[in-house]
Amino acid sequence: MSQSISNSNIKSALAPNPSISRQNIEQSNSLGDFIQETLALTQRLFIQLQRRPSTLIAGIVQPFMWLILFGALFSKAPSGLFGDDLSYAKFLAPGVIVFTAFSGALNAGLPVMFDREFGFLNRLLVAPLSSRYSIVAASTVYIIALSFIQTAVIVLASAVLGAGLPGFAGLSAIALIVFLIVLGVTALSLGLAFALPGHIELIAVIFVTNLPLLFASTALAPLSFMAGWLQVIASLNPLTYAIEPIRYIYGHGDWAINSIVMNTSWLDFSFGSVILVLLAFDALILLAIQPLLRRRFA
Amino acid sequence: MAAAVLIENLRKSYGEVQAVKDISFTVQPGEIFGLLGPNGAGKTTTIRCLCTLAKPDAGKIEVVGVNGISSPKAVRQRLGYVAQEVAIDKVLTGRELLRLQAALYHLPKKAIGDRIEQLVAVLGLQEYADKKTGTYSGGIRKRLDLAAGLLHQPEVLVLDEPTVGLDIESRMVVWQFLQELREAGTTVLITSHYLEEIDALADRLAIIDQGIVIAEGKPSDLKDKLGGDRVTLRIREFTPEEEAGKAKHILESLPFVEEVIINTVQGNSLNLIVKSGHSSLSKIEQCLAEVNLPTFSLAQSRPSLDDVYLAATGKTIMDAQMAAASTRDLKKEKKQQMK
Repeated sequence: MSQSISNSNIKSALAPNPSISRQNIEQSNSLGDFIQETLALTQRLFIQLQRRPSTLIAGIVQPFMWLILFGALFSKAPSGLFGDDLSYAKFLAPGVIVFTAFSGALNAGLPVMFDREFGFLNRLLVAPLSSRYSIVAASTVYIIALSFIQTAVIVLASAVLGAGLPGFAGLSAIALIVFLIVLGVTALSLGLAFALPGHIELIAVIFVTNLPLLFASTALAPLSFMAGWLQVIASLNPLTYAIEPIRYIYGHGDWAINSIVMNTSWLDFSFGSVILVLLAFDALILLAIQPLLRRRFA
Repeated sequence: MAAAVLIENLRKSYGEVQAVKDISFTVQPGEIFGLLGPNGAGKTTTIRCLCTLAKPDAGKIEVVGVNGISSPKAVRQRLGYVAQEVAIDKVLTGRELLRLQAALYHLPKKAIGDRIEQLVAVLGLQEYADKKTGTYSGGIRKRLDLAAGLLHQPEVLVLDEPTVGLDIESRMVVWQFLQELREAGTTVLITSHYLEEIDALADRLAIIDQGIVIAEGKPSDLKDKLGGDRVTLRIREFTPEEEAGKAKHILESLPFVEEVIINTVQGNSLNLIVKSGHSSLSKIEQCLAEVNLPTFSLAQSRPSLDDVYLAATGKTIMDAQMAAASTRDLKKEKKQQMK
């Protein structure tokens, strides 16, 4: 099989080179190694996306349908019903942005689960990774990038459908909020991907979490429309803490860090405190999945 | 010089199944070492422990003097691993997969391109490197996996059942390649349940059965230690039982015959162990002719590795293979091994 190259070349190609590997361990440029392996793993996910774009296409078509169908569902609602002269289009856009990002993040664990099941993960685990957290980091970077693409499309589509377009500061704030909610939910999904026995179980969890969390949030209707008990749940739902500040940005060009963006039955939240709640949500989940990951990565 | 691989009193259970009970063997630098045994003997579990994919319950593992349990990362750097079922990302091309692998082993960025070209050339993958791996045949996949395992120039290459499911031609390619690899100085550890494979390739081997090592040494030494030659005799194509019994009785009285076994599965053929160096066949034929028994076929051979296994366990590897296949729950095992 190697007619084209000479014998001595074969020999040098196949000879072991212990000095190279030992050097690597001693030099132990951990951060550089971590970045190298994370980038390579992220690149793999993007190559997959490029060659199998159906998930991305579905992930853009679906929020479109939400916008159009839900928009039409409430298009004859009395004006002012959704708060200070907010059209339903304006009301709906933040809900769809957050829900889309949330669904995408919730599915983040599936590719990892399939890698576990097909044994591709073993290929990664026998490699001298500087940290196995690079596997998780790569998925997170990928999902966050994907969410930003989806968010951008929804923001543009909503603008066309009459929701208006927030200014640069508003858009940056939306990006920050999307980032925070996606980070937490992605971490949760990746944790589950390592904790659950197989993809059937993971899909079941995604199935029972996805829509209930949508309906138990303020994505489609304001708190004041809900039964008392649902208001309580919606006020605890992290999605609500992502939706309300974005909605405020859509409704108020003059929003600021201390604007009250959310009134629950017991507390009022300013923009700043909502961000703190989301940060706390992320911290909580990152802590919670540590033991799950460590068990697999030990 | 430290052994390339040292495994001592390895033990590993999955739930209630004791996959590895007590396995010890040593692989010397620069040799091809074979781990032979039927499916379910504990080969793959041993390899998984060696490659740091599973934590042993007890025992010692060293790769080129590095402790595999306390320094798994250093061991990963020194080992190349070619798994039994090739897990490849079907959407990637071969070259993309190699690039990914090179980054995971932290090859210097400047060296990656050249190293990949080198291996693509040596393994004859030029035609396939830029095609998606999903289009590859089994043989090409295996070659890609060999390239991936060797990217970082490991001191030891570990292959788990490398030729299962391959066509004969691809199998020869793998065999020849492993020999070239040894020539170049890389130590090779290979598991197999194919006797011929280990016999043809391995400088030394260990035979594993039910989680323990039952023999270790050079193939020729193990066979010589058994002593004697093997003779297979068929009186007729399908011999009646009483004729076989009669022949057994007569042959046992010959001075150079040590043992006669009637193989009921093979149409009552007779398996004889005879002292080597005698012109046994003609004497056996003559002896049968005296009592008016015909000879359908008669063959003499040196003991094989299967005979070594047979002598230690009382069954052939093929029998053990069949028995294992009926009792194993492969799905459950796969789940347990999933990381």
